[in-house]
Amino acid sequence: MVGILEDKDRIFTNLYGFHDWGLEGAKQRGCWNATKDILSYGAEWIITNVKNSGLRGRGGAGFSTGLKWSFMPKEVKDRPHYLVVNADESEPGTCKDREIMRHDPHLLIEGCLIASFAMQAHACYIYLRGEYVQERERMEAAVKQAYEAKLIGKNNIHGWDFDVYIHHGAGAYICGEETALLESLEGKKGQPRLKPPFPAGSGLYGCPTTVNNVESIAVVGTILRRGAAWFASFGAPNNTGTKLFCVSGHVNKPCNIEEAMSIPFRQLIEDHCGGIRGGWDNLKAVIPGGSSVPMITAEQCENLPMDFDTLRNLKSGLGTAAVIVMDKSTDLIRAIARLSYFYKHESCGQCTPCREGTGWMWRVMERMVKGDADPSEIDTLLEVTTQIEGHTICALGDAAAWPIQGLIRHFRPEIEERIALYRSRKSNFAGHTMAAE
Amino acid sequence: MAKAKVNGVEVEFDPGMTVLQVAELAGEEIPRFCYHERLSIAGNCRMCLVEVKPGPPKPQASCALPAAEGQEIFTNTPMVKKAREGVMEFLLINHPLDCPICDQGGECDLQDQSVAYGKGSSRYDENKRAVEEKNLGPTIKTFMTRCIQCTRCVRFTTEVAGVTEMGMISRGENAEITSYLEQSVSSELSGNVNDLCPVGALTHRPWSFNYRPWELTKTETIDVHDALGAHIRIDNRGPAVLRALPRLKEEINEEWLTDKSRYAVDGLSRQRLDKPFVRKGGKLVAVSWDEALSTVAGKIKATDTSRIGVIAGDLIDAEAMKATKDLFYGLGVTNLDCRQEGAKIGPVTQSTPRESWLFNTGIAGLEEADAILLIGTDLRAEASLINARIRKSWLKGKVQVAVIGQPVDLTYDYAHIGAGPKALKDLKKHAFRDVLKNAQKPAILVGTNVLSGADGAAILKEIAIIADDYDVVKDGWNGFNIVHTAASRVAGLDLGFVPVGEAQDATAMLNGGVDLLVLLGADEIDTRNLDKTFVVYIGSHGDAGAAAADVILPGAAYTEKSGIYTNLEGRVQIAERCVFPKGEAKEDWAIIRALSGYVGHTLPYDNLNALREKLITDHPVFGRIDVRPAPKAFDVKAIGAKGEISDRPFVSHITDFYLTNPIARASVAMAECSAARKAPLSVAAE
Repeated sequence: MVGILEDKDRIFTNLYGFHDWGLEGAKQRGCWNATKDILSYGAEWIITNVKNSGLRGRGGAGFSTGLKWSFMPKEVKDRPHYLVVNADESEPGTCKDREIMRHDPHLLIEGCLIASFAMQAHACYIYLRGEYVQERERMEAAVKQAYEAKLIGKNNIHGWDFDVYIHHGAGAYICGEETALLESLEGKKGQPRLKPPFPAGSGLYGCPTTVNNVESIAVVGTILRRGAAWFASFGAPNNTGTKLFCVSGHVNKPCNIEEAMSIPFRQLIEDHCGGIRGGWDNLKAVIPGGSSVPMITAEQCENLPMDFDTLRNLKSGLGTAAVIVMDKSTDLIRAIARLSYFYKHESCGQCTPCREGTGWMWRVMERMVKGDADPSEIDTLLEVTTQIEGHTICALGDAAAWPIQGLIRHFRPEIEERIALYRSRKSNFAGHTMAAE
Repeated sequence: MAKAKVNGVEVEFDPGMTVLQVAELAGEEIPRFCYHERLSIAGNCRMCLVEVKPGPPKPQASCALPAAEGQEIFTNTPMVKKAREGVMEFLLINHPLDCPICDQGGECDLQDQSVAYGKGSSRYDENKRAVEEKNLGPTIKTFMTRCIQCTRCVRFTTEVAGVTEMGMISRGENAEITSYLEQSVSSELSGNVNDLCPVGALTHRPWSFNYRPWELTKTETIDVHDALGAHIRIDNRGPAVLRALPRLKEEINEEWLTDKSRYAVDGLSRQRLDKPFVRKGGKLVAVSWDEALSTVAGKIKATDTSRIGVIAGDLIDAEAMKATKDLFYGLGVTNLDCRQEGAKIGPVTQSTPRESWLFNTGIAGLEEADAILLIGTDLRAEASLINARIRKSWLKGKVQVAVIGQPVDLTYDYAHIGAGPKALKDLKKHAFRDVLKNAQKPAILVGTNVLSGADGAAILKEIAIIADDYDVVKDGWNGFNIVHTAASRVAGLDLGFVPVGEAQDATAMLNGGVDLLVLLGADEIDTRNLDKTFVVYIGSHGDAGAAAADVILPGAAYTEKSGIYTNLEGRVQIAERCVFPKGEAKEDWAIIRALSGYVGHTLPYDNLNALREKLITDHPVFGRIDVRPAPKAFDVKAIGAKGEISDRPFVSHITDFYLTNPIARASVAMAECSAARKAPLSVAAE
């Protein structure tokens, strides 16, 4: 057997689309089974069990999902409650939600119903990334099936009036930030809102709203069916459950795989991805959680459990569990410069540090790729990243700063070498001031 | 009251205040660019970062963070200092270093704050961004490369001015403030965005490259371009008035100003009457004061007093009207009128209460109204800042509005009941009836043009009946409001500058009713039937009145004299002299005083203070400066007079907001604004 997770414990049993995605197939795989019974236990029971399962938000921040749900007002007063599902999966390296929506859409819809019931919402919006055209079509077809089978909608068989709306975004990375997503959903320009107020107090149209990742919602049905203890039995304490890993980069067989949380990195790569290209010793660095977390070195990857807390202690993060593997052929400076360009391009332009800082960082990074810089600029660059980090409205500023911080933290000599090489090739070196003119 | 600590000092604050406000209560200055008290909170400049405990271990934007009981706020820690330096550095990396040629230089927030909170040097070696200029119309000059994307202009135009014509397009570094389609901002409040802009991205186009702020003499005074009496500051260099800026006055203009009040000042140096003129052989010839005054005095003595008349214009101060009234009443002349548009309001009988010609709710008080009925007033043109108040109230959902008159764009939604007098009757059948009936504080705003014409008094009666029916005037609330458009009007009515009894009104005087007509700055009149009338014009600008005149006595404009103006609320205010009158021109009251000597009826005062004493003795309402009369109920149904009503539609007498008085008509900036409003495309095509 490969990996840790056994087939019987997989939640996404049609992750690769080998089976019927439709309602019939989903029901055969256990979806929509006893949903009514789950609802009959009441909202309190659902939230408690989700809390007990240890499910942490799968969108990157890793905040306890059950706890987040419990922030919603206990009773519906003058304003309706909403559930919004964040399917604006745009983080470079991440490709898990699209597989759920393409091949297991009913798990998501069922999760939406349960989560909405737990938060007393009668409407749920699924905000899809602009580029996900097929995924939207599949989701719309699945929602139609669910309506026709009276699983959702007015007077459905579950006794909780519930509507699902699919909203197709326009393809901006920033709309994956929960409040920018709400702005976009309201028809405005996708720019993050100031917090407080938090969405649980004033979200979509000023009403109490919870925004959850697709994976966080899609696993809820199975967790409640099989029990919180079952889910909590995987992984290390406080980092429980199963998790979709998206492994890309220099491995022999890049793949999406559902695995137990805290699986050692090496086991994940060697069991599921055919190992590092050129063997384990050829590994140079790993970005363990999507483009916005700092990279870690090969040495740190030995005996590394892939979970939230371990990676945070390494000053990185599990993020969306989009593992980007880079072997020794990689020009790390160039790779990070490309990410800097991405963040410069996707910065919404609302607040100063991110608007001005992302461009600055990218330009310096581009020069560092060539080596056309002064060694002192490495420190300047590092300080600029700290001037952005934590000073912005949303986390995009942090996300832009971290990859560079990771690079400088672990591979500073490489940058210095590049600069030295560039200078050695110039017979008459005048330094970077010349380039600035 | 809750308590928080700012840098260790305990302060009490009202719950609901932000951290920034609490820090200011404690006397700490918080730098900011995007935050503005009167606009929504954007929180995007990140300059106001402070450290807050309890809270996350990173600096917080104080403008958007609600203060909490027991909070500890730090504004002087190393973390805060570093955060400010960082943000300042980011703001400056793409900001051009062109302060020496920037009109904002010397009064620039970015300049000041970079000195106070910046690092002193830049580490940025890359190329700077450049942004294309935008054409935002005749009042706003753009240097978009200087823009720091604080979005104050966007928020002002959307929220206060009520035109959704500006916004930020594109993302990240490429974000630009624009009017989307390169159209001019079609608001009469557009100039305020230039004030709001914390950098030199948006500057005053009519004044561009005219001055540096530190070389100007500043005088605080009162504006006369509409009847609000906005508080302004006139800046001059030598004899030239270079700009008018709003001052803070919560009860009147908050801190806004209309484009006319602001940019018409260039009209003060054009078309000026700077010498006395007498018409000789059909041509106006410059003469000495002695000759001009003798000519007028001779004519007065030779004319029967019932055939002499005086009309006072829109920009005249109370002192000039008082002196004129004293002189001509002394001579036995009673044909006096200050209502050149002919509105049938004022002290026509002894018992007419002052409330019948005032804006009784007050400008700020209108925000309390929960239902407003506008009758025959294009409020956006007649009193733009009152209109902005209604919009403010409407945005909060506190008021419902209905209109009888032209269905113009007022920047808020309203129910349109009808266009003419018939609609006054239709109100009973309209759904708005219930709104008005159930309102706690209903208000009626009446345009003065509705009340002019032969049936003015009858229409006033109809309106008075409506006001009575819906309890618009009651104990503790007086919602009956006349919307004046002339700065001089309320003072004129207060001191009885109206024909009483058999005396002729302005319309009669202008249609051959008199042989000698004195126009005291009256220009918005029909001069076509004055061929046989000997016309004396006293005023500052060569406009309609001067063109029809046989003798011109050059007067002073509002920036050149100290004068009392009563605004439409009945608030008495004093405008100050900022510069001296042009050439040989004199202050208007002094001209009347000199004339009184020539006609052998010397007035008993020879300085302004004595005149003011007399004014206050005769009319005690002028004795209380800058106080709005306490709202008082009055017998509203007694005003007006029953009579036939024609079915002419209610239209505003202001057809062009930018050209309502001689100063504005002499202004190049106003001509450009007017042209841009009429043909926006041709301007944009330049």
